[in-house]
Amino acid sequence: MKTINLDYTAAAPLDEKVLQVMLPYFTEHYGNPSSGHSLGEKPREAMEKARLDVGRLIGAAEDGTSSIIFTASASEANNLAVKGIIAAGKRNGNRIITSAVEHFSILNQLKSLEKEGYDIVRLPVDSSGLIDPGQLEEAMTDQTILVSIQVANPEIGTIQPVEKLAAIAREREVPFHTDAAAAAGWIPLDVEKMGVDMLSLAGDQFYGPKGSGALFVRRGVRLRPLIEGGIQEKGLRAGTENVPVIVGLGEAARLARESLAERSRQVAAFRDKLKESLFSEIPHLHLNGHPEKRMPRNLNVSVEFVEGEALLMRLNMAGIYVSSGSSCTSQALKSSHVLEAIGLPPALAQGSLLFAPGLESREEEIPYITGQLSEVAKLLRNMSPLYHQYLKEGNNNANVQ
Amino acid sequence: MPMYSEKVMEHFTNPRNIGEIEAPDGVGEVGNPVCGDMMKFTIKVKDNIIEDVKYFTFGCGAAIAVSSMVSEMARGKTVDEAMNITNKQVAEALGGLPGNKMHCSNLGADALHKAIQDYLEKKGEAEQ
Repeated sequence: MKTINLDYTAAAPLDEKVLQVMLPYFTEHYGNPSSGHSLGEKPREAMEKARLDVGRLIGAAEDGTSSIIFTASASEANNLAVKGIIAAGKRNGNRIITSAVEHFSILNQLKSLEKEGYDIVRLPVDSSGLIDPGQLEEAMTDQTILVSIQVANPEIGTIQPVEKLAAIAREREVPFHTDAAAAAGWIPLDVEKMGVDMLSLAGDQFYGPKGSGALFVRRGVRLRPLIEGGIQEKGLRAGTENVPVIVGLGEAARLARESLAERSRQVAAFRDKLKESLFSEIPHLHLNGHPEKRMPRNLNVSVEFVEGEALLMRLNMAGIYVSSGSSCTSQALKSSHVLEAIGLPPALAQGSLLFAPGLESREEEIPYITGQLSEVAKLLRNMSPLYHQYLKEGNNNANVQ
Repeated sequence: MPMYSEKVMEHFTNPRNIGEIEAPDGVGEVGNPVCGDMMKFTIKVKDNIIEDVKYFTFGCGAAIAVSSMVSEMARGKTVDEAMNITNKQVAEALGGLPGNKMHCSNLGADALHKAIQDYLEKKGEAEQ
């Protein structure tokens, strides 16, 4: 059976070119970058080159005014940013401002901090997922010690006005962190222009290896490490460096930067054609997220009257791999906090599907994808009480909250 | 996606008895879109035997398989027998359900029991 992956944000294959660059660092250049002897040289050089390449992907100035700290994931980078700044304790205050649509690696640690007495403000978003900078302005107090707001949302793809948001924080000399895991490698990022103090990213989101991440930290931002020990990564992450993975992250960043515009255009073209095809062939679809300010590889659609896990399972049987924000697909049986934050009615949130194409996606596949989803939607609607209620009464109560 | 048994996948792929009985003797509705699952069962009863069972279900793979299995288990049973179908029996008949999906089997039996209660109430009123 042919298979079509439309869940590239969950996992993408490692770029073959990246793999080739990584391989020698498992065997030939296996040395420890901290070694004083010659074995450490090659790995150390390669690691520093990777640092430069990651910095360049996000527009970091090469004048020593910032550092790139390698981590094992964007989740770890997010934890280092938030916990690290609090543990450093350089600022007086207890308010941390974030948004309602952040990744769990931000929201869950803030929930823990809230229990410890921190004052956590979660800015709401509008129905397209956008934060109003005015609300950040209002939430800022002299007790604010950190603002953390993502560049783009991994689920609905909405891109935030980070430059404006960061300017508000900077005016009050409050550090601004941004989670760029969903954005890095796909849209141009410039930490200097955005004016952010910290930025998290993950290499596996742009064809780098899993287990690769980084935190950009501007000079002057004091952090305490999550893992204490040796002085690796400027003392911010103890433990022998995972050189092959770091080298892979660097190479993936270099390749992403080199072909950023082309990659972005390619996935956006596929996404737009898929969207057009789905909306013209299948009735009662609802687009989630912003119509324009969204990531090029994100299409999030709710199929009215049906539930996401059933859709996902049926599409899986047809060889099409997608994800859903339905409560039934989550272990915790909670529907997506992002879809809740944009005010999507529960029935629509249950029927959400995320199509995340990759560079391997082919436009020739679109008629098959649309055809299958059309069939599956018909089949599941035919057994849906909400659909039959709609047919009888003509109004869609499922869309009423 | 949770690990479903072969039986669950089989019922999910080929659900039995989908639909709504016209002029049913009993109707049972449970769930709502917030919890993720909704079921509407309709039954036809003749001489104290459940002659026909149909349902509409909005929900996950487990909810659909449970609805299908409940409809099969109830059909041909006496009203009392059908009232005694338990959530546990439904889950067992499906070769088990993942832990966090057990509530789906509760919904299926609940919807059936509600439809039977509705039938019994209507019957009681008619006899008075």
